[in-house]
Amino acid sequence: METKSKKAQGKALHISGAEAVVRCLLAEDANLVYGYPGGAIMPIYDELFKFQEQLHHVLTRHEQGATHAAQGYARTSGKVGVAMATSGPGATNLVTGIADAQIDSTPMVCITGQVASHLLGSDAFQETDIIGISTPVTKWNYQITKASEIPEIMAKAFYIARSGRPGPVLIDITKDAQFEMFDFNYEKCTGIRSYAPYPELSNAHLEDAIRLIDQAKKPLIVWGQGVILGNAEDEFKTFLEKSGIPAAWTILGLSALPTNHPSNRGMVGMHGNYAPNLLTNECDLLIAIGMRFDDRVTGDLKTYAKQAKIIHLELDPAEVNKNVKVDVALLSDCKISLQALNKRISSKTYPEWIARFDALDKIEHEKVIQTDLFPTKEGLTMGESIEMINKYSNNNAIIVTDVGQHQMVACRYAKFTQSKSNVTSGGLGTMGFALPAAIGAKMGAPDREVVAVIGDGGYQMTIQELGTIFQQQVAVKIVVLNNDFLGMVRQWQQLFFDKRYASTEMVNPDFVTIAQGFRIQAKKVDNRQDLDGAVKEMIASKEPYFLEICVEKEDNVFPMIPTGASVSDIRLE
Amino acid sequence: MEKNTFTISVYTENNIGLLNRISAIFLKRHINLESFSTSESEIQNVFRFVIVVKTDAERVRKIVQQIEKQIDVIKAYYHTDEETIFQENALYKVKSSSLFEERQIQNIIKASHATIVTVSPEYFVIEKTGFREETEQLRKDLAPYGLLQFVRSGRISVTKAKMGISEILNTFKNNN
Repeated sequence: METKSKKAQGKALHISGAEAVVRCLLAEDANLVYGYPGGAIMPIYDELFKFQEQLHHVLTRHEQGATHAAQGYARTSGKVGVAMATSGPGATNLVTGIADAQIDSTPMVCITGQVASHLLGSDAFQETDIIGISTPVTKWNYQITKASEIPEIMAKAFYIARSGRPGPVLIDITKDAQFEMFDFNYEKCTGIRSYAPYPELSNAHLEDAIRLIDQAKKPLIVWGQGVILGNAEDEFKTFLEKSGIPAAWTILGLSALPTNHPSNRGMVGMHGNYAPNLLTNECDLLIAIGMRFDDRVTGDLKTYAKQAKIIHLELDPAEVNKNVKVDVALLSDCKISLQALNKRISSKTYPEWIARFDALDKIEHEKVIQTDLFPTKEGLTMGESIEMINKYSNNNAIIVTDVGQHQMVACRYAKFTQSKSNVTSGGLGTMGFALPAAIGAKMGAPDREVVAVIGDGGYQMTIQELGTIFQQQVAVKIVVLNNDFLGMVRQWQQLFFDKRYASTEMVNPDFVTIAQGFRIQAKKVDNRQDLDGAVKEMIASKEPYFLEICVEKEDNVFPMIPTGASVSDIRLE
Repeated sequence: MEKNTFTISVYTENNIGLLNRISAIFLKRHINLESFSTSESEIQNVFRFVIVVKTDAERVRKIVQQIEKQIDVIKAYYHTDEETIFQENALYKVKSSSLFEERQIQNIIKASHATIVTVSPEYFVIEKTGFREETEQLRKDLAPYGLLQFVRSGRISVTKAKMGISEILNTFKNNN
């Protein structure tokens, strides 16, 4: 395949494939990798040992943890996350994290060891077809059987992972290729002829978009992670301030705009805010920026924003007209399309339209938010727990969430002042994501406060990563919102399955003792008087800290758009 | 929406695993393939997949977008039958005895414009290139005389419109 690359300086080194892998990582500014050793990747680990001054390897307790940690690292640092594993079970354990990174567009390079090339296809010990298995969930993958392929393929892997719409790449390297000696010369990849990651913005489409924006009386912006991945936060803010258009976020778009920005009207989707969901079906222009009209955002497509003209700012051509037919597509990195729009749009305000949001916000506040954040009942709520984290982190923490009720509550109520501060599993909904992702999130942004908010269910899916946290002394704060239930499934059972709570009740262990067993400071609170002090102590800690907050067992998350219902059918109770 | 036959043409690099990657796109969407063939294209080291599906226009458009998104795919297109020139190839293996005992068989072969590829004392092989209906008709006509084997290739097709792959590759060369 034809690729373009920058020539490196200096003459070739005669080294092993394994050493080449490590030198490639360093050349790509990957000085932190997560992984787990094993037979087929031992030559590479041997080199990691020799290069430990330059490249830090974090031993997770399970390969899945390595992928989620690499994802967390990528999400807060903006760099490519790297995860490594051996062949067979090591490789298959990566698959969930790879699938998560694929659907959430997270740049990640996974390196797996493979049995020696002469054993391929012989059902050798720990042989598995990881290329075949990972194909549908990777942006690209490749099996290396000769050391000489390593520099070019590694360069391509990083280029593909981080360029265009980012995603995971898996490189499988046979053990003999790791041992083989060859002349190493590294050249960074700058282009691949079959891959055009940045489509050129069409001027004609730009004109169409400007005309629609000029004509709009009731415009609404829905933005997604594209704003963050495109480093377009500034351009986006300028666009909002100049255009005067109210804006709402998808779960992965969260934190691209400070919570208190006047244009920020909250979250769209299944558990999003009342106003932006309802008004999606009243706006006359919907501007979608770096988002992909996921079903959790749109509800029933047949009734989604049918009255509106739609402009879609999108980098991935395959996302345009995939779920929602749009009137104008601005195919480009949104940093570029927003810059172009900012030059051309006129300053406007929409006082009457904005008043509609304010009125609906008031209703949501009275019916939902008031009781979530300032409950009068005895039991603690998830909402007030998040509010307490906001208070002591000055709305400036990186919040890492798992999947379920606590995730929706945390995303609804956590306050942000900086971008890249929301790390969650959006598209795949991977329970077990948060604890390992928090490790990577903290290592990717070591100066930031990182709080992992996790449910009692998801926590136990990757609880072994407490070992990694202790060994690496990663100063993450772990909050388990414990309702002794798989809360979101229980909520659905209550609402749609006549309260038949099939396998959702959890008989939980003593989480404090477990954390202490991993030599992590730990505390439990189950009443309102102690919550403030406990959260304060946790945030103040310079070391890893575990806090279990026992919350009401059968609280529900509202608002809610039931599956398959229209965004207009959003329920407040 | 109305189902139609579409021919998808995919120009690709020659990479192991790409076949898997393309077929996974159909598998994920629960779509059956009518036929599938691949060969080197008019450009050296560039391969061309020809995939035939029966689906609606909206779906085929989305599938082609997903195929084109794959890193090693240079370009993917889809066309209706009217927009392409296409053929299939079929081989028929028949007992040699029937060629001599059943005079009618000779008439069938003649009428169908099929060619005899090989003849041995035990069997002979006929080849027929054409549209699906034509190769199918010949199969039906020969069936009563005992078809030992029958095989039909995937569709091969060229489009009436220009493809412009060389232009894409040249643009890359000139820009880099």
